[in-house]
Amino acid sequence: MNPFQPIGRVFLKFLLTVGRIVTFTSLGLMHAFRPPYYPRMIVRQMIDIGYYSLPVVGLTAVFAGMVLALQSYTGFSRFSAEGAIANVVVLSITRELGPVLAGLMVAGRIGASLAAEIGTMRVTEQIDALTTLSTNPMKYLVAPRLIAGITMFPLLVLVADTIGVFGGYLVAVHKLGFNASNYLQNTWNFLTAEDVNSGLVKAAVFGFIVALMGCYHGYNSKGGAQGVGRATTNAVVSASILILCSDYILTEMFFTK
Amino acid sequence: MADQPKIQMRDVAKAFGPKVVLDGIDLDVGVGESVVIIGGSGTGKSVTLKSILGLLTPDRGSIKVDGEEVIGMGSSDRERVNHKFGMLFQGGALFDSLPVWENVSFGLLAEKRCSRSQAHDIAIEKLAMVGMDAPVADLMPSELSGGMQKRVGLARAIASNPEVIFFDEPTTGLDPIMADVINDLIVKVTREVGATALSITHDMASARKIANRIAMLYEGKIIWQGPVEDIDNSGNEYVDQFINGKAEGPIKMAMRA
Ligand SMILES: Nc1ncnc2c1ncn2[C@@H]1O[C@H](COP(=O)(O)OP(=O)(O)OP(=O)(O)O)[C@@H](O)[C@H]1O
Ligand SMILES: [Mg+2]
Repeated sequence: MNPFQPIGRVFLKFLLTVGRIVTFTSLGLMHAFRPPYYPRMIVRQMIDIGYYSLPVVGLTAVFAGMVLALQSYTGFSRFSAEGAIANVVVLSITRELGPVLAGLMVAGRIGASLAAEIGTMRVTEQIDALTTLSTNPMKYLVAPRLIAGITMFPLLVLVADTIGVFGGYLVAVHKLGFNASNYLQNTWNFLTAEDVNSGLVKAAVFGFIVALMGCYHGYNSKGGAQGVGRATTNAVVSASILILCSDYILTEMFFTK
Repeated sequence: MADQPKIQMRDVAKAFGPKVVLDGIDLDVGVGESVVIIGGSGTGKSVTLKSILGLLTPDRGSIKVDGEEVIGMGSSDRERVNHKFGMLFQGGALFDSLPVWENVSFGLLAEKRCSRSQAHDIAIEKLAMVGMDAPVADLMPSELSGGMQKRVGLARAIASNPEVIFFDEPTTGLDPIMADVINDLIVKVTREVGATALSITHDMASARKIANRIAMLYEGKIIWQGPVEDIDNSGNEYVDQFINGKAEGPIKMAMRA
């Protein structure tokens, strides 16, 4: 009994999975950039991923902004720095909470539904049927979802940013008694384009991750309803973890120079 | 070369893990010929079709289509070869996100052989061939009964007038009259249009009607093949047991009492 054997086996399996994901990713991206395109599919996915996620993202953002204002008020008043609330809210939302919270919420919503849909297509042989009908499933199913993920997430986050700041404003002005125009001025004055842009870049990366994980796990699911269920869970969990990891890496790239 | 077979399989083998499903299949299907594969449940009939279509990669052996080796073919060549094929999947494998008419004309639209409105008309025409009315064209697959789904799958398989059509249990789940309509249809597309057909069936009445030649698959090998007229005098006790549907005989069902 060699104690390193199981460790080695797990490590090899991990490498194999990473290799598979890398192959899947490069194939997906290649098909996303090369014609023929499926504009119908792309638009449909954009509506699914973008438009129908608005309620979830909006609600998340408004409460995040509100609680942020409240928390920073109770914290900052200890050292009389209440004036900084507007800045704290807008910077946290645009740089961090907007993309990450929207990303995680949409990972649950979209990651799961992509994996379930593509997984069902796999186990009911619909993906095989595509191949026999002169259609490349990577191009027809995966590429449009990747494109929709990458383009729709930044838009969603832009909406989340706006609504989040508005949530903070509501609490600060109506509950904590701040002067409305002062608050807005403070919000605006310290905000730089880089704060917003970094958040949008993060959003594009998260959108890619969510679409990729949903497609990858769905595409490789096997074994009936149970397999599809497993694919759904794996898609959401892996997308969430990857979002948090890449968030740290991106933050380090943007803000430590 | 006049007598070059449309499809030529030599020593094709496929195992899933330790389980050997195909163990050296040799089968020729001539141009315009209709061959039926019979055999018990789980003997690898569907696997055989999927190997020819490139949906599964055999572990060894050679498969030639019009004299061209298809195993290990690149994806663009594979796509070109698959243009020649139409496939009816055992479970139908209809695209459940698309209406019936778009399912039927999917291959035509994918190859851009017609406009969407033409595709709708062609779909209605093909649906009529499988005994379905025009209003069905605008339903979703989930609104159809199992037998209706099967017939839509059949309409989809023949819609692009393929050179070779694979039918995986075309009459299973249909009432006897509709089964005969489908048999006539298969005879028609092969005899009149000149398509080559490779079918799987458990239904001996159907096999006798649509086949020029019958091949029996047992334990991973073709144990008998010959013209349909010889099926009753095959001199093979496995074939006799199968076509007469006897529990007693050399074929043992894996059962535990
Ligand atoms: N993708 C797969 N992974 C693992 N095993 C498989 C796979 N596809 C088929 N098999 C196995 O291969 C064997 C043959 O399957 P196949 O679907 O070809 O049977 P069949 O002859 O078509 O039977 P039936 O008449 O019931 O449709 C089965 O035992 C099945 O368990
Ligand atoms: Mg089968």
